[in-house]
Order: sequence, then C-alpha cells, then structure tokens
Amino acid sequence: MKSVQFAAKFEYLDEIRDFVGDVARAGGFSDKDVYNIQLATDEAASNIIEHAYENQPNGILELSCGMRGDTIIIILIDHGESFDPSEIPLPDLKADLSDRKIGGLGIFLMRKLMDDVHYEPKADKSNVLTMTKRKR
Amino acid sequence: MDITVQEFKHCDMIAIKGRVDSATAPQLAQALETANDGGKYKLVVNMSELEYMSSAGFRALLAAQRNSKRYNRGEVVLASVPERIREALELAGFTELFKTFDDPLQAVGHF
Repeated sequence: MKSVQFAAKFEYLDEIRDFVGDVARAGGFSDKDVYNIQLATDEAASNIIEHAYENQPNGILELSCGMRGDTIIIILIDHGESFDPSEIPLPDLKADLSDRKIGGLGIFLMRKLMDDVHYEPKADKSNVLTMTKRKR
Repeated sequence: MDITVQEFKHCDMIAIKGRVDSATAPQLAQALETANDGGKYKLVVNMSELEYMSSAGFRALLAAQRNSKRYNRGEVVLASVPERIREALELAGFTELFKTFDDPLQAVGHF
C-alpha cells in the first residue's frame, strides 16, 4: 500500500484522483473503472473535507491505496467529526426536479461505483473509510 | 477548468473545459447564475471538452435547471456529454432531468 497525506482542501482533489488513478491503472483496471474509482475517491474526500473538517482549516487527510490480488483497496483516514455514511438517506432518483435533494449524492455514487464501502470511527478519534473494487 | 460563454440569438452556450470537482464547481455555478441573473434561461452546456465531473458539478447543473425552468422561462440542455460523464449522470438519475444532444449546434437549434 502506498500512503500520502494531504491538507484537507478541495484544491488537492486533482492530486488525490491522480494518486488512486495511477494505482488502478497499474493494477490493470479498464479506463472506465479507473474513472469510476477516481470519482468514488473524489466523492469520499470531498465529503470528508466538507463535513468531517467543516470549520477546521488545518485538517489532514491520509490516503492509502494499493492492490490486493485483483482488488483495489482505498483507505481514507481523517481526524474530523465522525459521520456515518450509512445514516445519510439515499437521494430519491425518481423525484421531480423541484423535489430533488441536493445532498447524499456523493455517498450514493461511492456505493454504486465501488463493491464495498465501509466506515469506521475509531477510539483514537480517527475515522477510517475503506473502499474496495474488484476487477471484472 | 475553463468556462466560455457564447451568445446565440435564442440561447447562450456555456462551454466547460477540463475538470469540475468541489474545487472548481463554484466557478461553474457562478457562470450559470450570472447567465440567469442576466435574464438568460435558455442555456446549452457544451461538454465536448469536459474531462471530468463529480457530484459537485451535478449539483451546480441541478440548481441552474431549477432556476431556468421556473415559470417555464427556459431550460438547461446538455451537449456532447462524454461517455464516462454520461454514465455517472445516469447513475445519479440526472439524465431524466436534462435533454441531451450529441452536437452543440443541434442543442442551440432546439431553442
């Protein structure tokens, strides 16, 4: 697993996508899967920056990524506010334009694009988000 | 990300180049709001040079569509949506909310 730390700021999303994209491409994922893995990671990191580190300007986001067999594993660790993605209601994708909710879309995409998304607040106040996707 | 706005007789075309994520989506939202504030509600979003869009970009499009369609005064349509972005929009259930055109000028002709 390769690990890297980023300041929890949106301006680093480009580098975060590049980091996981390189691992996924080297791991043999298709262009389509590489895009989707980058998108899921972006959504996860964006949620952490926006929600876990809301009002915390000096947050750190630790990103680890590697292949285990034919599965890519992406781990995002933060020390911000815990939030459980599974408690965030899924968006109603059939709702009319006027009723369409703005939130929850990122988490929905993460779950759809990855095989597994697991969130765990730890006793040391860190939050660990693990996402995996297997090559098809 | 770069945004260029081109005025046509019956609509405005907003072309997005590059990547739209949480860092750059506010610029896109601003461009769409500026058009709406200027009384432009018939908008073509040209995605032919768009490389990437996260849900932050989808939200900007949704807000603009809501504002533009109010009082039946217009709508936002999408043109030349790259395949990956189209797939993500579909997954998010957004393709039902926007008319899409293969060609930007075809989209202009819609208005």
